[in-house]
Amino acid sequence: MITHIVFWVTAAVAVAAGAAVFWVNSMARATYALAASFVAVGVAVLLMQQNYIGVIVILMMVMEMAVMAVYMVMFMGMNPALMPMSMVHGTRLSLAIAIAVFAVLSAGVLLVDWPARRGVPAPDVTAALGEALMDSKMLVMIVVSPVMVATIIAGVVLAGRRTRYDRFGDDLDRRPARDPQPGGVGR
Amino acid sequence: MTEPSIIPVSAAWTPLAALLLAALAWYAAGLTAGLNASAPVRTALIAPWSEAARLMRQTRRGTVAADRLLGRIGVTGMLAAALLMVTVIPLGGWTLLDLDVGVVWFNAVDVMVWALVWMAGWGPNAVHPLIGGYRFLAHALGYELPLMFALVAPAIAAQSLRVGTVAAAQQDLWFVVWMPVAFVVYCIGVVAFSVSGPFRAARGDDIAGGVTAESSGADRLLFEAGRYALLAAGAAFAVPMFLGGGAGPLLPDWLWTIVKTVAVLTVLVWAKQRIPAVRPDKFLEFGWLVLLPAVVLQDLVVAVVAVWRG
Repeated sequence: MITHIVFWVTAAVAVAAGAAVFWVNSMARATYALAASFVAVGVAVLLMQQNYIGVIVILMMVMEMAVMAVYMVMFMGMNPALMPMSMVHGTRLSLAIAIAVFAVLSAGVLLVDWPARRGVPAPDVTAALGEALMDSKMLVMIVVSPVMVATIIAGVVLAGRRTRYDRFGDDLDRRPARDPQPGGVGR
Repeated sequence: MTEPSIIPVSAAWTPLAALLLAALAWYAAGLTAGLNASAPVRTALIAPWSEAARLMRQTRRGTVAADRLLGRIGVTGMLAAALLMVTVIPLGGWTLLDLDVGVVWFNAVDVMVWALVWMAGWGPNAVHPLIGGYRFLAHALGYELPLMFALVAPAIAAQSLRVGTVAAAQQDLWFVVWMPVAFVVYCIGVVAFSVSGPFRAARGDDIAGGVTAESSGADRLLFEAGRYALLAAGAAFAVPMFLGGGAGPLLPDWLWTIVKTVAVLTVLVWAKQRIPAVRPDKFLEFGWLVLLPAVVLQDLVVAVVAVWRG
């Protein structure tokens, strides 16, 4: 009973907070509305007794949104981020895509013949998850992680104004590097 | 593997846990005030009460076009985060929430502090609090990953993310003895997420108090109380993670937990008052190039020992 109530509350909060991302007119509120939506999803995952995944979803999403606030300053400049602004653009196409995706997904939910459950969950689902990641899915993880890191670094490098030539000089031999913010260990 | 002797207690005990946290936070606040005063004992006893009374009588100031919703969440959330932390900390043999991923829970809550401090800084729509909020995020980027990897070490050694099991795994030897690097990095993280001592740049005098520059009255009281509560909760979590939980001679285990928490809290408060503020831009590189490799090496050593033990 209480599980059902909590599930419906988190489901409603997740959808409402997700929609709020587009209603609000402030970058900060949109960011944390998205965080609230993901926290509700995390709680819903906790209800499925996937404790590790649920807590990790909350941890990662809150951290991600906080980091988004850093990027907001790094790459957007302060003015647009600080002022009230519309959170939507290209509304017609986005609306069409959103309705189409919603229709396809809900049609899938309603029409697909869901399979009956085979087997039982492991006694310790966290340990089972760890074994799956570190055992049979290890190759996937080894490939995915460097690709993700490379993508992040490439994105920051492409978006940043300064290059290594600004830091180390034309022949890359200037030490210490000339940085606007000197680092803490004297490189 | 020793079987953990942790008993989850009824939620009716929650107010008592909150009261205990309040007492510890009061102790930390008193000690902080006392260390700086000419009459240490008298100041330590009176300062937290008089400051609380002063702030409760103060008129709440507002700013123009403030984002009240986010600001209030940030200000009140600090205390809530500290309370969420103590739910998984066993007091001797009793715990409010015997979660199988308690270590990750603590970590998730301390990450929430990122959002809370930033929101407290964003809320007033004023320049100094906003700079303070961003300074905290800059510090957070430096301390959080070392803190996460520091929490990994006891979990690997105990082969569990359950806080009670981690405490029980230290029957023979406390983790602080053979993973001192992780313990020190953890303590740095605790001082950092309570926005105090060397990590006070977000509340720096050079930006008129930073995130707290515009807050007054009950808002300020809640934020400050939340900071000390976070420091206290962090010190309390060190006990099951590194200091053997409730283990100790003569006294009952719940009293040992409190004694150890007070000891850790005392050292943290003393240290944070003695160490100068570190600039976020300098600390970032220190965190990533010194603390992170050191604590990853610590994890490697712990993992090798764990595998060797079988």
